[in-house]
Formats: sequence, structure tokens, C-alpha cells
Amino acid sequence: MDLFRAHVLVCGGTGCTSSGSAELIKRFEEQLAANGLDKEVKVVRTGCFGLCEAGPVVIVYPEGTFYSRIKVEDVDEIVTEHLLKGRIVNHLVYKEKAEEEETHTTLEDIDFYRPQMRLALRNCGRIDPENIDEYIAFDGYKALGKVLTEMSPEDVIQEMIKSGLRGRGGGGFPTGKKWQFAAASKADQKYIICNADEGDPGAFMDRSILEGDPHSVIEAMAIGGYAIGASEGYVYVRAEYPIAVKRLQLAIDQAREYGLLGKDIFGTGFNFDMYIRLGAGAFVCGEETALMHSIEGGRGEPTPKPPFPAVRGLFDKPSNINNVETYANIPQIILNGADWFTSIGTPGNSGTKVFALGGKINNTGLVEVPMGTPLRDVIYKIGGGIPNGKAFKAVQTGGPSGGCIPAENLDIAIDYDSLTAIGSMMGSGGMIVMDEDNCMVDIARFFLDFTVDESCGKCTPCRIGTKRMLEILERIVEGKGEPGDIEKLETLGENIKKTALCGLGQTAPNPVLSTLKYFRHEYEAHIYEKRCPAHHCQKLLNYVITDKCRGCTLCSKVCPAGAITGTVKEQHVIDTAKCLKCGACMEKCRFGAIEKH
Amino acid sequence: MSNNTEKFEQLAKVIEEHKDQKGGLMPVLQEAQAIFGCVPLDVQEIIAEGLNVTLSEVYGVATFYSQFSLEPKGEYVCGVCLGTACYVKGSQKVLDKLASELNIEVGRTTPDGKFTIQATRCLGACGLAPVMMINDEVYGRLTPEEIPGILAKYQG
Repeated sequence: MDLFRAHVLVCGGTGCTSSGSAELIKRFEEQLAANGLDKEVKVVRTGCFGLCEAGPVVIVYPEGTFYSRIKVEDVDEIVTEHLLKGRIVNHLVYKEKAEEEETHTTLEDIDFYRPQMRLALRNCGRIDPENIDEYIAFDGYKALGKVLTEMSPEDVIQEMIKSGLRGRGGGGFPTGKKWQFAAASKADQKYIICNADEGDPGAFMDRSILEGDPHSVIEAMAIGGYAIGASEGYVYVRAEYPIAVKRLQLAIDQAREYGLLGKDIFGTGFNFDMYIRLGAGAFVCGEETALMHSIEGGRGEPTPKPPFPAVRGLFDKPSNINNVETYANIPQIILNGADWFTSIGTPGNSGTKVFALGGKINNTGLVEVPMGTPLRDVIYKIGGGIPNGKAFKAVQTGGPSGGCIPAENLDIAIDYDSLTAIGSMMGSGGMIVMDEDNCMVDIARFFLDFTVDESCGKCTPCRIGTKRMLEILERIVEGKGEPGDIEKLETLGENIKKTALCGLGQTAPNPVLSTLKYFRHEYEAHIYEKRCPAHHCQKLLNYVITDKCRGCTLCSKVCPAGAITGTVKEQHVIDTAKCLKCGACMEKCRFGAIEKH
Repeated sequence: MSNNTEKFEQLAKVIEEHKDQKGGLMPVLQEAQAIFGCVPLDVQEIIAEGLNVTLSEVYGVATFYSQFSLEPKGEYVCGVCLGTACYVKGSQKVLDKLASELNIEVGRTTPDGKFTIQATRCLGACGLAPVMMINDEVYGRLTPEEIPGILAKYQG
């Protein structure tokens, strides 16, 4: 094996690839060769580093120097200065704030990483996901070896139960219990399934794990297969994740080649193989029964439970289904023991959780923290707070099934139970921050629009109920809300929760109910005062021309309704009765003279 | 026409490959969509016959998933992400601007067959929000004002 004195790690996750990291790798390789360094320095394309905001990210080891927002032009300088002469290129090193003088050279120095604990993401940004040897070098497939040679299936299940690992896809059901049920079912064929249909908008941890550490999922599924007595596995991945699909397929092929998948693994007589199935753009397929129908080649519609998948699942055989992040935790639990895992997090909520921070926050990206970390730390310490000096309004967790958490709840400790208690849910870990400019009624409308579009139409409460809720919300944001609308939304919401067939419908009203609980005044302002407190809802705005107006007449020319009048070089006026609230005048004004109220 | 014959031959090969696979209908539809750019009724008929399932079953699956399209799409498919992270950062305004620039509704194709506008689900590039994709090209941290310039590159 070749030894290198330095490694250049370039993030090859979807975020950094979108901002051009593939060209960076090419340029690094060219420049290293041109400087005769290609035998001394190795370029590695890794999975996601997490700090997508600073992408594309490049880390140079052994120093661990963290370079951010690197452009192709910057590569030459890093090669000639850092790699050739050993001088860190300070102006390209990541800075926590733009105005900051001091630079933080390594990962450990950065506020974004310091409070984090990376277990599920341990190999993301550390290894080349397309090279099985790198995974093996970091104890990869050791847990599978241990399970097959030293533990009985029952031992594995007991260890999982003891670890307290709960489903990271959102439900939070104990993984060990799930395995126990599936193991108890007798059948000639069982299946183990990985749910990688990450549909929650704004959540991308499962994709990052598949892109950055696909072998951890393969290893865990083989362990699960051994525990429940399944010889076949399926990974159901969103078709929107081409890089993840490619790397996972490559990893499966490599594992087969090494005899880690297939017949007689480790010479123990255990057989296990797995296949990828692609989704085709249906959110409801994240629901386990719908997902299995989709693998069977049919419409991805849910069916009532019971029978649970552990009794009758894929192709009518007992099946166990877990989410990507859940699987990514399992090899380490086996290697380090359940006691180690329960020492992390809080009682009943052991381990860590990965969150995708997004929206109005400085450090957008993927973060992993121990369960029980205060929400405030995630938003302010790791996330770096709200940009442009705006005020924090809410954080949305759990996607279309979750709710909005207001500022007064910022000090809660994040775990499954505390989030449910305040009307939201963990969900898969999307965490979208909203500031004072976001209208909470419109956010509720946005999520309902999503669920109405994604409802499979099988059950009435979801198909018709969510549609009626959306219609009411659309009226409210257009300034046509009526007294009684809030109460109607509440009754409808509660009924849909109680009567819908699957998780999608049962949780669809949550974004409305939680915003009604914490931001009721915004609904009331829309309905009774015909006013949007966040100045977001177009139809409820009043455009006013201030004395900054120079009388250039541009606004009166672009106004499609002829609502603006005035003489040249004098302040113009908007006739609010004629105004369509299109905002065209404000967009065109060169003096910032038009304001919306 | 010869081009089409080739495509149908490809389809026949795909059907043959997946004929005996459990749950083969989805992969066949996915490959058919890749070959033809859409799955119109005549293609569905061939698939139904080849896999020995009813046309209604094929149609049911093809219309259930948003990825399958019964009509051809434009040469350039512009997908504006309406995931939550992009939405709170103003992607709706980007989408509106795109629709008004191309003078078509979201989900439609321009009469010259050049552009299709779609509102897409989360693309997972939330760090770059708001995001738009034109075919495989990603445009991040967008403002509505940038749209005409970007479209001009493709109109050429």
C-alpha cells in the first residue's frame, strides 16, 4: 500500500458537488501532478462534512486545515503554498464570521463542530465511500464478524434492546423490539428492508450517510438479517438521490466481491444478499406498508396495520424495516456494547440524533448531537444564530408531520418525548429555522399544500379533509378569512388525526395545529384585521411611497394597474384601491422609496 | 421512425430482463421513462403485455408516481426546489419569476418544446437555498433577478 505524507479531503456530498467540488478534485490532481507531488499527496473524495454553508469544503491532513468555499482558482495556491511549501493559506481558511480576523484552522476549533458528537456520521467526511478498504480500516465489518462468530441471533436482539436504540426515521420505536417481533415469526423467507425514501423536505441525513458511508448500512442490514433470520435485503432509495444510489450500488458490489455479502459469510454458513429499489417520487412511500407495496411493483398505497410487517410484510413474508440512520448506529453498538450506547444521551433516549439545519440560520448543514442537547445550543452555538440581525421566530421540526416550536420553548432538551410533548415531533430530523419575516399561517399553508399533493387518496379523511383545510388556509392568506375559520381548522385537524389510515394523514394537521397553538395571534390578525404581521402575504400588504421618492416615474410605468400617479420630480402616490399588490413597483424602484406595510 | 424502432427494441430488452423479477413493473417503467422521456399509452400497452399484467395495473402505477410522465417534457426541465428550506428563503418568488419569464404555468412546457417548469421536492442542497436545477445543472443561492440571465444561456 502506498504511503502519502498528506491527504486532501474534498467533500463529495450533494451540496458540495452542486457547488463544484468535482472540478476541485480534478484541478487538485492536475496541480499535484504538475508540481511532482502526486506520489506524496493523495486526494480523497469523501462524504458530507456537514457544514454545507461553507461548501465546497476542503480539509488538508495531517494538519486538519479546514478550507471553505474553495473555488477552482484557489486550488493552485493551496497546492503551491500549503502542500509544496508547508504554509497554510490563511485567507482561504474557514472564518466563523466574515469580519473575524482570527481563523480557525482545524475542525475541532470550529464552533459548529465542538458541541457535536458524530456516531452515525462518524465516517462521513473521513473516508472514501467508494473504497471498501477505507471502511474496513476503521473497524468496518468487524461488528458483522463478531455477531456471526460470537453471538447467537437472540444475543444480538437482546443487545439491541438493551441499547435502547429507537427508530431514527421519526417514529422512535425501539429497534430491538422490532427485531424481536420479526425473529419470532416463522417463515421460509424473511426480508430486511432499509427505508431510504427520505421525503421530509429539508432533511438530508440519510442521503449523506448513503453517500458518505454506505458500508455501515450494508453491514447493519446483514447483522439485522442474521438476527431475524432473513437472507435477503432491500434498500428503497429516492430516485432524486443519484449520487447515493451510485455509491450504494458500488459498495454492494465491493462487499460481494470481498465475500461480505453472498453465501457462507465468514465461513459461518450465513447467507445474505441485498438489492436496491428506486422510488419514483411519492412521499407516502416513506410509510412502511406503502414502501413495501412499491417494492412489489405496485402503487405505493398504505394498508391498515395489523398485520404488521413483522408478521406479513414484503411479498407477504415477515419483514423488518428500519431507517438509514438507525442502521448506521448499529455496527458501533455491537462493537462497543449497549452500555456504551446508553451512556450517551438521556434515559429512554440513548445515543445521538442527526439534524439537517436549514432555513434562516447562519450555518446551514448537517449536525449530530447527543439526545437531550438543548435546542438553543443547536440553533445558536452550532447554527450560529439568525443571519442579517433578524429575530428568531420558530423552528420547524418533523417536516410535514411535525410542528413549529416558538422562542419560549428554545430551552427544551431535544429528544423524542419532549418534542412530542410540545406538539411537534422528532421526525427524520429536519430542522428549519424561521425568522420574523416568515408568516406562520403561510408556512402552515405551505405544508398542507405539500400533504394534499402527496396524499395517495386511499382514505377519505386525508384525501378530502386535508384539502378542505388547505382551502381555508388559502382563503386566510388571501385576506378572505372569516370568523369561525380557526375553529373549523381545529375540528377538522383533530378528526383527521384520529381517523386517517396511515402516518401521513394522521400527522398532516400537525403543522396547522401547532402554529394555531403558538401563533394564534397571526391567524387572528389575518382574519379579523386583514393584516399579515410578518409582511409576507402579498394580498394583505399595503404599498406606500415614502419621501425618498425622486419622482423618476419608473414605478408608474411598470404598474400594471395604473395605480401610481404623480408628476415628474415629485413624490408619487399609490391608490390602494387600484393596487394589485404585485410588488413590481418596489422591485423597480432605485431609491428604496417604496415600503410595504 | 428508425430511431423509434430502436427505442422499442431497447424496451423489449428491458422487459425481457425484468420479466421474472419480483416487483419488476417499477424498474421497467423507470427504464422506459429513461428511454422515451415519458411513458405514453402505447408504451404502457407493450409493458403490460410483456410482463403479463393488465394495462390498468400499469396505468395505475404510472400515474401514481410523480416521476412518470405521460407526455414528453421540454428540452430543458427547470425544477425549482420547493422544499421547506428553499421555501422559507424565497424559492416561490424564483418560481413565479420563471413562470412569468417563460409565460407558462408551472408544470407546463413552452409551445416550442424548449422549457418545462416544475416545482420539485427537496433536492437536498439546502445549504445552497433557494435552489433550481436545469437538467443536471444546479443553480444555488438564487434571486428572482438572476432568472432572465440564466434562461438566456439556454435560449441561444
